[in-house]
Amino acid sequence: MTEEIPEVDYVSGTGIPIRGNDIDTDQIIPARFMKVVTFDGLGQFAFFDLRFDDDDEPKDHPMNEDRFKDSSVMVVNANFGCGSSREHAPQALMRWGIDAIVGESFAEIFAGNCLALGIPTVTADHETISELQSWVEENPDGDIDVDVEAETVTYGGNTVDVTVDDAQRKALVDGVWDTTALMKSNARAVQETANSLPYIQSDD
Amino acid sequence: MSEGTLYDKVWNEHTVTTLPTGQTQLFVGLHLIHEVTSPQAFGMLRERDMEVAFPERTHATVDHIVPTADQSRPYADGAAEEMMSELEENVREAGIDFSDPTSGDQGIVHVIGPEQGLTQPGMTIVCGDSHTSTHGAFGALAFGIGTSQIRDVLATGCIAMEKQQVRKIEVTGELGDGVEAKDVILEIIRRLGTDGGVGYVYEYAGEAIENLGMEGRMSICNMSIEGGARAGYVNPDETTYEWLAETDAFRDDPEKFEKLKPYWESVRSDDDAEYDDVVTIDGNELEPVVTWGTTPGQGVGITEPIPAPEDLPEDKQDTARRAQEHMRVTPGETMQGYPIDVAFLGSCTNARLADLRRAAALVKGRQVHEDVRAMVVPGSQRVQTAAEEEGLKDVFEEAGFEWRNAGCSMCLGMNEDQLEGDEACASSSNRNFVGRQGSKDGRTVLMNPRMVAAAAIRGEVTDVREMKEVNVA
Repeated sequence: MTEEIPEVDYVSGTGIPIRGNDIDTDQIIPARFMKVVTFDGLGQFAFFDLRFDDDDEPKDHPMNEDRFKDSSVMVVNANFGCGSSREHAPQALMRWGIDAIVGESFAEIFAGNCLALGIPTVTADHETISELQSWVEENPDGDIDVDVEAETVTYGGNTVDVTVDDAQRKALVDGVWDTTALMKSNARAVQETANSLPYIQSDD
Repeated sequence: MSEGTLYDKVWNEHTVTTLPTGQTQLFVGLHLIHEVTSPQAFGMLRERDMEVAFPERTHATVDHIVPTADQSRPYADGAAEEMMSELEENVREAGIDFSDPTSGDQGIVHVIGPEQGLTQPGMTIVCGDSHTSTHGAFGALAFGIGTSQIRDVLATGCIAMEKQQVRKIEVTGELGDGVEAKDVILEIIRRLGTDGGVGYVYEYAGEAIENLGMEGRMSICNMSIEGGARAGYVNPDETTYEWLAETDAFRDDPEKFEKLKPYWESVRSDDDAEYDDVVTIDGNELEPVVTWGTTPGQGVGITEPIPAPEDLPEDKQDTARRAQEHMRVTPGETMQGYPIDVAFLGSCTNARLADLRRAAALVKGRQVHEDVRAMVVPGSQRVQTAAEEEGLKDVFEEAGFEWRNAGCSMCLGMNEDQLEGDEACASSSNRNFVGRQGSKDGRTVLMNPRMVAAAAIRGEVTDVREMKEVNVA
């Protein structure tokens, strides 16, 4: 079965700043919301404990603000998405409306999970990110253009250089970020590799 | 780039081809699955009309949601029951071996793989769980993956990955009394940072590492991910082989053991291997480490003062301030005397037989503090049975600990074992994130298992070196 994988060379939309280093995936999606067998409906639980109090009343959080409710580009700080490998985290953000994340740095498993969903995770230094976060605060309706191919982010007439991991850029731009079919087409080579491994030979 | 390391060798052995993205298509020797991160992957497979490519190289268990008290079916928690049923159906349909609770082999995925001999040197091992790095203790290349990648592995037996750099972390000397593997890894994370390992695989080496048993090596590799490294490993040696010889895989098949040993030996890092980075830590200097904050990198020696945020690097100050407010700790003081409400002895980091033995030796003849709720959750049913047979259960129960069934339990609060309100927990687990143990106001202090036992008895964080062990006859 061949499937059409969209190319993600460009993401455009308004921004939302989520400040702080070391934001872990337990914060992005608390474990109690993972007692599900599909990812449907996870969007409403993104950052739940930071957004709602014990009585489920909204707290002060960018994701609760009207001005950011249609945003699709999240701007974060360092080591975003650390901790648990749960894909529920980027799934929740995607289902809330996020199409791209710009930050100082990302935890590896999280970035890999984003790529598997076609969500770019692009990086820039602390100063660049801080300026962008402040700009978003002041311009919640302003568009941010994330050019994955050119490795730039443009906002308010300002274009800054960002970094996109090589494999990520190629995968997104060429539309080969869904690797299942791609790897399946190499089934014969896979079998050859498997057969060459001593621990598999000894099982035969 | 590194050359001649175990990582390079195992990577090369498992390389299928280079993908158009520049990533390597890597064959997966062992795919471990559990109930939380796999159901959606099986769903995606069905949507695409694909089948599991290598069911014989896949093994399942149930750990995250399994109740540790009443395990009768259906589970009292309907959501947990649904996840369990879904897993049962998926493994039945695909013909995947399942260490289910009726088998006597169930347990935390990172405990059962090593104890059954599924985990072997020179293998590539993946699981939809970040603590898969644990299996690196055997000289395997093991890392956590997300659910879309689980789909990849189920459908193709492979994963798409970029090669990483290798950092050798050499721990020299001898660990002092009361200092354990857990303290070594907490110290490493504290020094190198929670993101210090991003882009790296960690090779743990040096005398202090080589002198550890397999359980200690697993505790260290387990928390590689807390330092940002997706994988960590120890080169296989006689200690590794002794463990393997006793497992299901080789106990009755010494011929197979002898046949594979040359391969295991061959993947060890060469003496003249090249590394991208080398860090040396003096093991003689270490003391028990506990966390004061809300990331595993916010740790401190038990006799050292908690740092003031303004004394930390600028990019760490804000996180430290928020963490100290949440934990209600004061810079300048030590963590000794920090009152605790709960003691949790469990998790894939520290719930193996050797961990429980050491803790029990301290607990014997003492009582859990009257204000503390203390529980022991063995890492697997086999650990549980062995501990019961050698009397550890009695030691813990006589002291006032609850003795539970195997599972992830209070490490992440996906079953009924959770902190309540702002309870503080002395925990042998791996994450002290806000909300991790089930209550968003809960406070977690990470420490080694004997330190957890000491805290349970005293009702506060305690330097275990102050407490003498009562002779266990």
